[in-house]
Amino acid sequence: MSRFRDVAFAVWWRTIHNFTTNPSFLLPSIIFPLFFFTAFAGGLSSVGNVPGFDFPSGYTAFQFVFVLLQASAFGGVFTGFGIAADFENGFARRLLLGAPNRTAILAGYALAALTRAVIIGSLLFVVALITGMKVTGDGVDLSGLIGLALLVSLTATLFAAGVAFRARTIQAGPAMQMPVFLILFLAPVFVPLDLVAGWVHAVAKVNPFTIIVETGRDLIAGTNPHFLLAAAVALGLIALFMLWAVRGLRRAEAAG
Amino acid sequence: MIEQVAQMARRSILQTLRQPALVIPPILFPLMLMAVNVGGLDAATNLPGFPADTYLDFAIAVPFLQGSLFAMINAGSSLARDVETGFIRRLAMTPMQRAALLVGNLSGVLVVALGSSLIYLGVGFAAGMDFPAGVLGVPALLALAMLIVLGFASLGAFVGLRSGSGEAVQGFFPLFFVALFLSSMSLPRNLIEQDWFRTIATYNPVSYLIEGIRSFIVYGWDGEALALGFGFATLLAAVGVTGAALALRTRLVRT
Repeated sequence: MSRFRDVAFAVWWRTIHNFTTNPSFLLPSIIFPLFFFTAFAGGLSSVGNVPGFDFPSGYTAFQFVFVLLQASAFGGVFTGFGIAADFENGFARRLLLGAPNRTAILAGYALAALTRAVIIGSLLFVVALITGMKVTGDGVDLSGLIGLALLVSLTATLFAAGVAFRARTIQAGPAMQMPVFLILFLAPVFVPLDLVAGWVHAVAKVNPFTIIVETGRDLIAGTNPHFLLAAAVALGLIALFMLWAVRGLRRAEAAG
Repeated sequence: MIEQVAQMARRSILQTLRQPALVIPPILFPLMLMAVNVGGLDAATNLPGFPADTYLDFAIAVPFLQGSLFAMINAGSSLARDVETGFIRRLAMTPMQRAALLVGNLSGVLVVALGSSLIYLGVGFAAGMDFPAGVLGVPALLALAMLIVLGFASLGAFVGLRSGSGEAVQGFFPLFFVALFLSSMSLPRNLIEQDWFRTIATYNPVSYLIEGIRSFIVYGWDGEALALGFGFATLLAAVGVTGAALALRTRLVRT
């Protein structure tokens, strides 16, 4: 157990050290969520006046939840980029050789992604509150929202790690980014599900991310959230992608 | 001179067409984003004063601008690669004129962008887009779209030649992407509720480029929108081409 912990801690420490000390990693991770929050919440706020749009906390909070979950998911994808880059520069192969427990490598990367999500999420919360976001949910609701964001981060990390372990090149970046981008944007991004039109509505209805983002919005507004259902969906996806990532790791081990 | 331009344009077109990564994303990504927004923001057409019956009519202008940003990256990266690989230095030993390199490169980018623009229009018509400007509106819209592409592509060429680094060109993409988002891309300016956002969108020239293209689809022939659209696009192209020509003068030196 201590071997597992040591390896996971070492990978976590290295990843977080790189993330926090290299501006080219840190700045885009901070700037892009803030930019999307500004563009969506600021530029589209009048969408909150559309007939049938009834969200008690206002459009800023409505968009904040999406941007928080999006930032959490993309933190996971960027962690996948880091894994692929580690394979390209040879570090990951040396790590596979030196680690007594290789599953701990995956655990270390996942912990680093969760840490990133906490850093970026905290910053987003502060900026949103400063700009006047209304939170009508209570402390328990907010804890639920943070929990959902962390589950989304873990899901995306495991998916991206599975791709990175199989491809072992940063050129696989689009294969990590595009599916996550599509899942996120084929959900009710700008308006509630009932107001989404056309084929996007049909896709959003069966998109697992829809229940997560809508529950997140119910949590921030404190309006009857289906938290257990959303958490069950997220945990189901985590179980699925855990299998995907561990199998990918085994393939990377076999490839040498 | 014409022969030289033709050769350089041919090289630019072939370089782009031989790399699917330079052709497919500029076509697919803007259309995909538009398709998602059309479904997601269709409810915005119920806002009092919204100028279009469907969000498709309102949003179809955006892919033209996003396509221009990809043209900027392609033009800049290609010239930066020519600097990095020493192609421009070797070119200095030939009788090739400086202008031919720049005009040829930009012509190649324009030809590829014209193909993308026709696809955007085709997809729009297939999806049921209105077009009150009529038949003559199509070439006029394409003319404005190509002028905008020329503006952005020449800015890309300027950065590529000045820096001689593909990474520097890529680094400019987020800047212009931000300019696109902080414009009247998603809602008409008069319906943007937040004062600070409306002010930025009003001072942002990208708003007028989008509104120029949008005017053909939403209003027909809107003199003010077209004058502002063509005016800003011409200004952008003039600044970009002048900058790129000056940068090329220092890059392609004959001793």
